[in-house]
Amino acid sequence: MKQLTILSGKGGTGKTTLTASLAVLARNAVLADCDVDAPDLHMLLHPEVIKTQEFKGSKLALIDKTKCDNCGFCREKCRFDAITEAVEVDPVACEGCGVCAAICPSDAITMTERVSGYAYISKTKYGFMAHALLSPGESNSGKLVSLVRQNARILSEKENSNLIIIDGPPGIGCPVIASVSGVDVSLVVTEPTMSGIHDLQRALQLIKHFNVKPLVCINMYEINKDNTHKILGFCEENSIKVVGRIPFNPKVTEAMVNGKTIVEYSPESDVAKEIENIWKSCKDSF
Amino acid sequence: MIMSVASGKGGTGKTSVAVNMALSISNVQLLDCDVEEPNAHLLLNPKIHNTEPVYVLVPHINEELCSHCGECAKFCQYNALFSSPEKILFFPELCHSCGGCTLACPMQVITEEKRRIGALKFGAVGDLKLVYGELDVGEPMAVPLIKAVKNQIENNKNVIIDAPVGTSCPVIETVRETDFCVLVTEPTPFGLHDLKITVEVLRKMKVPFGAVVNRAGIGDNKVYKYCKEENIPILLEIPYQRKIAELYSKGVPFSLEMPEWKEKFQALFSEIKRLVEE
Repeated sequence: MKQLTILSGKGGTGKTTLTASLAVLARNAVLADCDVDAPDLHMLLHPEVIKTQEFKGSKLALIDKTKCDNCGFCREKCRFDAITEAVEVDPVACEGCGVCAAICPSDAITMTERVSGYAYISKTKYGFMAHALLSPGESNSGKLVSLVRQNARILSEKENSNLIIIDGPPGIGCPVIASVSGVDVSLVVTEPTMSGIHDLQRALQLIKHFNVKPLVCINMYEINKDNTHKILGFCEENSIKVVGRIPFNPKVTEAMVNGKTIVEYSPESDVAKEIENIWKSCKDSF
Repeated sequence: MIMSVASGKGGTGKTSVAVNMALSISNVQLLDCDVEEPNAHLLLNPKIHNTEPVYVLVPHINEELCSHCGECAKFCQYNALFSSPEKILFFPELCHSCGGCTLACPMQVITEEKRRIGALKFGAVGDLKLVYGELDVGEPMAVPLIKAVKNQIENNKNVIIDAPVGTSCPVIETVRETDFCVLVTEPTPFGLHDLKITVEVLRKMKVPFGAVVNRAGIGDNKVYKYCKEENIPILLEIPYQRKIAELYSKGVPFSLEMPEWKEKFQALFSEIKRLVEE
């Protein structure tokens, strides 16, 4: 079984649009949306949820006010500024470490279970899908990503699927690390802007750090041809294969508005044709 | 006044809005809290006059005195410590620096030491001050570095903070205790969906906010409908224009080349100020 993660470093370069199209072209891959704090893949693939799982990422401190004598020791020792002046827990700031409960001289603090989101297993027209939604204001997105990936692996074994396609989150921090560690290939979608190039380079460093094979594709490549050449040059110097150059086409947004992937909405468009090429190169790289 | 600029969906134009506004008003300190992928400096080309490493505290275990009782590993909620009868293993990337292991150790053989996770960079363009954080590649935890950037806030300045993308911990840490949050969105289904999630987060955090619709003209009208229903003020609309996209691609803030926008960003700032003072 192979795993492919779509990344970008910079947000909004077209990860989800591309992932959804690859899902259609791959036929029977297992899909995983690992952008758990702002997942969008479901809006193009329309999954039907068959199983929902509570996600308990961390604990939450609870102060029993009948026992608390307001000494403020917990506030002093909390490294996350999660105890307010009124000696109450700020649930947004609390990271569930348990230090306050351990040091409270009045034994007034307990650590309680906290549901930080939900993981889903779903069926789509194109294959099974593992996805999730972090509840607003909750942390631990990296852990939830790991749960989504675990679900995807179980699905692929059950369904005898030989590929997992993972839509990664933007950035290079913990949820991205959780999305890319241990996969076979990572396709980075970039755009020919100064930010796109900068973020691509950091994403590629991360991919290298985790010994994953990188591929690059340039979205809206003609918006700045000089920068496209820079990206091509940089990739060549570093022996990284550029598997596609996707043109700008308003049909992509139109397809999104209609809740469809571009390869289905406009299969004859230049964008759809180029995504087919990208898919062929991805397959060859496994 | 301290304002943050955020968006659930990436690539909607947060950095563009933050930078163009910063260039259109005076007495500004711009903080880039997108420490995973900081970009504001690419549009500003500041002179960087200082770089400071940022550290977190992690346990240092004196193995000679350690009895391998495993209390530290039992206490750690983040699985950063693993104890076997012969050995104790520490995984620094998982550590949240809570200090709990030092308290849990009955032998008191755990002390804390500094570990680098990234750097703060200080720069300036004219009288505009820029501070940004840059997370070392491979480091998972952005929050301590974001805190370090926010510790640089100068209260007598008009502080504009460029937030990271998404709605999880790095975003929460960034917008926390800011006077106002500008939500940049685009009129597409993805833009609207991620806007709704961000709105929920901000309401939970009780940070006042308004929306900027970027790339107006693409997509559909549902973002406007949603904002109207939810009483979210639309503070500014930036139309989709090839020229703006091309300037951005070259790293040029568009208000510098299209001076009519300078006034619009000034008006945006005044409107936010008015809303905060209200």
